[in-house]
Amino acid sequence: MQKLTSKLKGNKMAQVILLVLYVLVTSLSLYLAQASVTAFLLLLFSLLLLYYTDLSNRLKWVIAGVVLVGVIPFVASTGPSYQSYMEVATVVGIYVAMALGLNIVVGLAGLLDLGFVAFFAIGAYTYGIFATGQAANFMPFGTFPLSGGTFWIFILIGCFIAALFGILLGIPVLRVKGDYLAIVTLGFGEIIRIVFNNLDKPVNITNGAMGLASVQPPEIFGFQFIYPNQFYYIVLGILLFVILAVRRFEFSKIGRSWKAVRENEIAAQSMGIHLVRTKLLAFAIGASFSGMMGVVFAAKQTFVDPTSFTLLESITILVMVILGGMGSVPGVILGAAVVTILNLQVLTEVTNYLNQLNMDGVISFPEALAPAKMQRFIFGAILIIFAIYRPQGLIPAKNPVFDENALKEGAKNHRKEKITIDQDKGFQA
Amino acid sequence: MGMKRGLKVLAASALSLGLLAGCNASGGSGSSGGGSGKVIKIATQTPLSGGSATLGESIKLGAQLALEENKDKFDKLGYKLQLVPYDDQGDPKKGVANANIIGSDKAILGVVGHLNSGVSIPSSEVYEKYKVPMVSPANTATEVTDRGLKTVNRICARDDFQGPAGADYAINKLGAKKIFVVQDKTAYGTGLADAFKKAAEDAGAEVVGYEGITVGEKDFNGVLTQVLSKKPDLVFFGGLYTEGGQLIRQARDKGIDIPFMGGDGMDSSTLVEIAGDAVKNVYYTSVAADASKTSEGQAFSTKYKEKFNKNVESYSAYGYDSMSVLLKGLEAAIKGNDGKLPAREKVTEEVRKVQDFQGVVTKVGFDDKGDNKYAKVYIYKFSEPKYPGVQDGEISK
Amino acid sequence: MLADILHSLPQVLVDGLALGAIYAVIALGYTMVYGILELINFAHGEIFMTGAFIGVAMLILMTGMGWIASMPAILALILVLIATSILTGFMGVGIERLAYRPLRNSPKLITLISAIGVSFLLQDLVRFITEYKRGNYILTGPSMFTEKFTIKFSSLSSSFSDAFFKTSTLILVVAVVIMMIGLDFFVNKTKWGMAMRAVAQDRETASLMSINVNKVISLTFFIGSALGGATGVLFAVQYGTIDPYIGFILGLKAFTAAVLGGIGNIRGAMAGGIMLGLLEMFAASNLKLLTGGVFGAEYKDVFAFAILIVVLIFKPEGLFGKAVTEKV
Repeated sequence: MQKLTSKLKGNKMAQVILLVLYVLVTSLSLYLAQASVTAFLLLLFSLLLLYYTDLSNRLKWVIAGVVLVGVIPFVASTGPSYQSYMEVATVVGIYVAMALGLNIVVGLAGLLDLGFVAFFAIGAYTYGIFATGQAANFMPFGTFPLSGGTFWIFILIGCFIAALFGILLGIPVLRVKGDYLAIVTLGFGEIIRIVFNNLDKPVNITNGAMGLASVQPPEIFGFQFIYPNQFYYIVLGILLFVILAVRRFEFSKIGRSWKAVRENEIAAQSMGIHLVRTKLLAFAIGASFSGMMGVVFAAKQTFVDPTSFTLLESITILVMVILGGMGSVPGVILGAAVVTILNLQVLTEVTNYLNQLNMDGVISFPEALAPAKMQRFIFGAILIIFAIYRPQGLIPAKNPVFDENALKEGAKNHRKEKITIDQDKGFQA
Repeated sequence: MGMKRGLKVLAASALSLGLLAGCNASGGSGSSGGGSGKVIKIATQTPLSGGSATLGESIKLGAQLALEENKDKFDKLGYKLQLVPYDDQGDPKKGVANANIIGSDKAILGVVGHLNSGVSIPSSEVYEKYKVPMVSPANTATEVTDRGLKTVNRICARDDFQGPAGADYAINKLGAKKIFVVQDKTAYGTGLADAFKKAAEDAGAEVVGYEGITVGEKDFNGVLTQVLSKKPDLVFFGGLYTEGGQLIRQARDKGIDIPFMGGDGMDSSTLVEIAGDAVKNVYYTSVAADASKTSEGQAFSTKYKEKFNKNVESYSAYGYDSMSVLLKGLEAAIKGNDGKLPAREKVTEEVRKVQDFQGVVTKVGFDDKGDNKYAKVYIYKFSEPKYPGVQDGEISK
Repeated sequence: MLADILHSLPQVLVDGLALGAIYAVIALGYTMVYGILELINFAHGEIFMTGAFIGVAMLILMTGMGWIASMPAILALILVLIATSILTGFMGVGIERLAYRPLRNSPKLITLISAIGVSFLLQDLVRFITEYKRGNYILTGPSMFTEKFTIKFSSLSSSFSDAFFKTSTLILVVAVVIMMIGLDFFVNKTKWGMAMRAVAQDRETASLMSINVNKVISLTFFIGSALGGATGVLFAVQYGTIDPYIGFILGLKAFTAAVLGGIGNIRGAMAGGIMLGLLEMFAASNLKLLTGGVFGAEYKDVFAFAILIVVLIFKPEGLFGKAVTEKV
């Protein structure tokens, strides 16, 4: 095994061939097996393999794009479970974006936020209220529901409103630190949920616990987005933007300030980092990703109600970040995907399978032990095991290590603006 | 570093493969039916985990019983019936995801579910896309059928029928003039309490207070203090038995001895267990007739107890009847299709066409919206701490 | 309006005190662990819940064997309280040993995550065991101490109403007061208490003073968890019905109370707990009156959290905490 890996390492050609082979085999099995969750998951797994190849970043992006945009939807489309795969993929996308947002707050800036789902709720309600007749209750002008064409504008609006709330929440952050912060954010998340649950009077804004039903589907040039496979592309588009943005932020000045604040606030401050602005920015940007996905969620679900935004949800997103690796973008993506798929598909399928065996009398196990019921148990165990044995997550965050000499040289000859980072050895695991 | 990377890949793949191992078999199980002829699956979707799992479980078990009783009949038609229970966890997201799985599985020709209207509404939008007929045993929110979806049916009474029926009884029979309304701030509780409040006000009673409590909490003394100072002659609670039982118990501890009233969410043996002696002088409305009065009902209770070693709950009977109605529609569709496997559209139509079906606890006939025409509301009263209460009245549309 | 509030005040005070007493003892567990490890022990609410289940299981068992009938109820309760607190105490020590100690030198965030994990795990374990044994995870204990009392506030002045309560409320408050006084004495007056304070102040220096730090931390967990478990039993007796999810909400509130009083400060936690209980009860009974019917009792948690946030903004160290200047 070791020999094999060492041979594979560095041999790009072999890697590419293996990867293509892998994708081909899994797509073929998905194509032929019709309704095989296994094949679908294995196909998704190819993206992780891709990540571990030695290809250049640009090539990785292209391959990932081809797999996500072309191969997966095409191969899955032949089977009867097409929409259910696409539904799972869409939800995964939504959670990935949220986890990436939380990753900025928790992973990069080191601010523990236990009320993150509030921003998701804000985004969802922003679209939900205006894309149903609800807005007519308090808006003096305009006709509601707004058409599905406004969805695209609402993605931006949701983004801004969530960011605004992120800043509002950020203000107490200026005063409290560490564990106090955790409880303040938790309180904020609960406040938002309770308020949404009760804002059906005095003015009916959110329709309270009854929720907002029949949200308008998105529409462009007369084409309506109804099925999960259509939302898949919307989510993919936004996700691409989010990932690019996160990567940009991470290695920019602001990204370095976040990390500095995370490591030591006082030292960071003394280095001239504006604490208030840095923290607020982390909250605002993290929140804005959630807000955008909230809008998509409302449109996809066609129904918004407060039960989707509980504390458990906030903690689930936190689990994704921890599991994947705090501060690590590929890690968080993997973490979000694993948790969502585990929850939506694997646990459900395993439970069904066991149930079937149970009913057919093959085995007998107590109803109380059904895997779908054990979600909290499994999450709890994952959290403890990872905290103890692998606190850095599935794919740990990497920091670029700069070659001191190269930096000095770079400083000497001003013309050579670009500082070379040794790609291969520069990254430490 | 190569080692490390190899390890990482290994760890990651081990994890993924571990996940896969489980669903490997289930992935293929879609086609594996065996036995006699083709497999027809009926899904249930109710919360099997989380706060309201007891109710969801009883719906599932009721449906399971009905399905197993009908197995032979369908074997003769050449089909093997199979139950696929899904757990919606009372979470709309999970419900929609499951609905997509259900819709994608061509062998599934019907759904019994859900418990929560909040889950039912978005999930039924998905069923509608795939034309999977749904029969709901428990969703009372008006919005469920008011959207005019072809696939959505329910056998229970609507909030705007159950609430007013309760109000009518409270005012005319119990002589309540000042009523205090408490609700649990869920879609079910709000819908029922609002319908009750409106009807009570229209009938001339005064609603002296309208308060919300939080599901999952145990201390409702704050709200009860208000009841104490408002001195109503009746308290109406829109919500489920867990909170209802606590509320009643704490009210009696405070010396509030006026009648309490609730909806079908209070129709559970656990209510009596929680409230104990305090349950005296509590009324509840229910769409189910007293199962112990009719011989079918008694037979059902015995069978249920025998099979699952659990006492019958009101929702188990709804679950049973929902499944029976669905299977009746399915049977009609198969027969109308010369014994060939019918399309989902056909089953949907046939389910909607069901008229005059006599279930264990309710007669079922759907109107053009999918509401049950024969949904009656029965009023029960607890005069002693024993479930079920004594049937005390009956109101039909 | 003021007359109405005044009228219901006695009842609000009695109920608020009962709820606040529960918050206070759970808050103690949070605050002790925080004081010594700077860790939010998220699992503490679940220890409370487990205590409630253990206690109820014992009571049901004892009732089944007819022991309850053969001895005074209060004696039975005391026995159950002691047995439960020993069990949950050891459980707390075990949790610390398995889930927290390996992480003592890790970043705080990691330990916190482990704590959240323990909390989830316990919830599901208790649910599983109860559901497996009884087919239903909502558990109702035998009804005890249900004699009702009335304090005739109305005879004091006609602007007050009477306050009602049960024997169990009285037992709850008395037991909590005993626990709090006992703990206060233990921490401030005994050698072990002094060791605890020393470890809280500076772990390394304490170890140099020949204090066995690990033992002291274990002891802290034992005491905190034992108190939590005992409160669970009292809670179950007072409210009758328990489910595996009570610990989460209650723990959250109790933690809020601890922060309100200044986390790490034992007397602060007591005061914070009682205050939060009173505030919450007051909000539930009077919010509608105060806001002219716009906001009802359903906003009581918003009210509680809003107060917490306001306190933290203006006095980040909590009401009774001492401001600590950060060492550079």
